[in-house]
Amino acid sequence: MSTDLNAQVAGIKDDYKYGFHESEAHYNYKSGKGLNRRTVEEISEMKSEPNWMREFRLKALDIFFQKTLPQWGGNLNDLDFQDIHYFVRATDRQGKSWDDVPAEIKRTFDKLGIPEAERKFLAGVGAQYESEVVYHSLREDLAAKGVIFTDMDTALREHTDLVKEYFATIIPVNDNKFAALNSAVWSGGSFVYIPAGVKVDIPLQAYFRINAENMGQFERTLIIVEEGAQVHYVEGCTAPVYTSESLHSAVVEIIVKKGGRCRYTTIQNWANNIYNLVTKRAVAHEDALMEWVDGNLGSRLTMKYPAVYMVGKGARAEILSIAFAGKGQHQDAGGKVVHAAPYTTSRIISKSISKNGGRSSYRGLLKVADGAYGSKSNVVCDALILDPQSRSDTYPYIEVDEDDVKIGHEASVSKIGEEQLFYLRSRGLSETEASTLIVNGFIEPLVKELPMEYAVEMNKLIELQMEGSVG
Amino acid sequence: MSRKSLRIENLHVSVEGKSILRGVNLTINQGETHALMGPNGSGKSTLSYALMGHPNYEITDGTAFLGDINLLEIEPDERAKAGLFLAFQYPTSIPGVTMANFLRHAVTNVRMPDRKEGEDLISMRDFRKELKQKMDELGMDSEFARRYLNEGFSGGEKKRAEVLQLAMLQPAFAILDETDSGLDIDAVRVVSEGVNRVAKAQGTGVLVITHYQRILNYIQPQFVHILYGGKIVENGGPELVTTLEREGYDWIRAKYPNEAQVEDELESTVLTS
Ligand SMILES: Nc1ncnc2c1ncn2[C@@H]1O[C@H](COP(=O)(O)OP(=O)(O)OP(=O)(O)O)[C@@H](O)[C@H]1O
Ligand SMILES: [Mg+2]
Repeated sequence: MSTDLNAQVAGIKDDYKYGFHESEAHYNYKSGKGLNRRTVEEISEMKSEPNWMREFRLKALDIFFQKTLPQWGGNLNDLDFQDIHYFVRATDRQGKSWDDVPAEIKRTFDKLGIPEAERKFLAGVGAQYESEVVYHSLREDLAAKGVIFTDMDTALREHTDLVKEYFATIIPVNDNKFAALNSAVWSGGSFVYIPAGVKVDIPLQAYFRINAENMGQFERTLIIVEEGAQVHYVEGCTAPVYTSESLHSAVVEIIVKKGGRCRYTTIQNWANNIYNLVTKRAVAHEDALMEWVDGNLGSRLTMKYPAVYMVGKGARAEILSIAFAGKGQHQDAGGKVVHAAPYTTSRIISKSISKNGGRSSYRGLLKVADGAYGSKSNVVCDALILDPQSRSDTYPYIEVDEDDVKIGHEASVSKIGEEQLFYLRSRGLSETEASTLIVNGFIEPLVKELPMEYAVEMNKLIELQMEGSVG
Repeated sequence: MSRKSLRIENLHVSVEGKSILRGVNLTINQGETHALMGPNGSGKSTLSYALMGHPNYEITDGTAFLGDINLLEIEPDERAKAGLFLAFQYPTSIPGVTMANFLRHAVTNVRMPDRKEGEDLISMRDFRKELKQKMDELGMDSEFARRYLNEGFSGGEKKRAEVLQLAMLQPAFAILDETDSGLDIDAVRVVSEGVNRVAKAQGTGVLVITHYQRILNYIQPQFVHILYGGKIVENGGPELVTTLEREGYDWIRAKYPNEAQVEDELESTVLTS
């Protein structure tokens, strides 16, 4: 397996679609590479953090050094932690110029219809987006209801007690090596607090799509949904997220209290050099509903398994995951559900597409604890493989310690049907257009769960991924 | 617009190494209606697929021209753009792709053959309007536009949907491969009227493949051909249809013993496959 993967990885540099060839000069704008106590202390100082956070970071760093790399999932052998910048000052971002952004990326922005100002920001050449005003007026509206919605650094300053109460309670520092790394060097991310009974009926998205701090490599997000409250949070955006660093390792923690609902939607399209190693976990209390909608495109290796721990009676979890693995890419994605209370229900639906030698793996964990009687779980994973060079695997782990449960698991792997292709082509569609339509049809059941504009962008992204795939 | 013709000469086709068509000759001019009949497994669908360019159907000899375009040298989508249409005997379903979305792509490609990939599709407004009108004419509920292509369609609904596509694409030549099978008695009439409307407006040359007289009462052929043992053995007028209805294929078998032998081989594989 690993030799096979090494061969794929070796090919990346030749065909490095969204790659960024950074000239030597740019290195001057950054603080030095590498990770040690000093790096972490520097980050904490720069942010003028309280002492407890600084201590937290340093403790996390120790744990990071102690932990070994996971031996399952993708190939992490080429990942050199000392060859990475852990903190980039905002002023450094401005140092880059639009001319440095490859034509390929600009073309993608064009195709997706990303507004001019936002493009510069997404390409990492503008630190600020002009429409701060819009952000403020929307935020006031929410603030009137007691909603807090801000970046994590600001939250730490302005809502210290709340942050202190929940931070790292869902994903403890020692959970895994990458969670420890994030805990040591985190920067940016979002903080969301929805007071009891407040229902935010518009997705929280537009604001943060344009917030510079949100786009860090090691962002840290914390969402607290109080009893009976509701929120739909949309993270990131579908434009190629574009950074010169090769590691993205985020942590997302969510608490949904009794009767609350939270939906967290992510669509990410990373440049082909990125290791995208993210820990996302939610705790759902009594009768709460947690939904993860997760779309992964691009990256060299993505390892991401959004999790829901159902700890209260009647809690529900839903995980929808879409992965697209192109040339030299490995998407190792899936979901984890833990039924720790009676009458809890979970559903995982995963759809993956592999193309041009790409590899996608579904990795899922279903755990039902003793005493979680009356629980139900259903897992469906479908893989579509576009050519013989590509690959798909399924790794479902199931641990059930309770007899009174209903569990369903279905997995299917299919190829694009020759008859389907011929049918569409006989109606005038080119081979690429036809396969794009079939692929979009394949993920349609999940795409229709996305907010409208994201669904449209998702379809366009698939189109871009499919272009030139044939022959 | 000058009248084109679809000229098929000495066409030999193999499927999976098995020789099915063994020298088919057939010329259809625009404006004409032809019927093609023949027993199960005689190669009628094979002829349709081969003309449309299905990758599994290998042309081992012969030619097929649409006007001065050599069909056998171009891809299926280019054949569609050149004006060829096939209403499938067994249309494939495509999950997640709505009828409307699919048809908008199809219509755009066929009407604007020079459009570059990724450029705009035809205007949504005009397209919707036209689609609605054509669906009304074929007695289709407009809800079908939002359904996934052929998915869960009944046998008759699939055939109606094929003719809807024909009506939207307005081809120069249309092959209807057993479009009547699966349609109820009223539907045969409605669908036939739909075909006739297009044919009249576009001067479409039509090839109706069928086992029964009924559809031919509505789409009236001037020419009738019988495919047997991989060749067209009889060419005639509507009277051939009456003869077949009355007598079946026994007389053909007796008249063409060589072809009968080939036909027996083909039919036996139909039964075992
Ligand atoms: N893809 C295929 N693989 C194997 N054999 C095939 C294939 N397609 C056609 N054949 C064989 O070719 C012969 C002709 O089949 P074809 O479908 O063209 O007959 P047909 O005249 O359309 O019959 P029907 O009236 O039943 O529709 C049959 O023996 C059939 O089994
Ligand atoms: Mg047939």
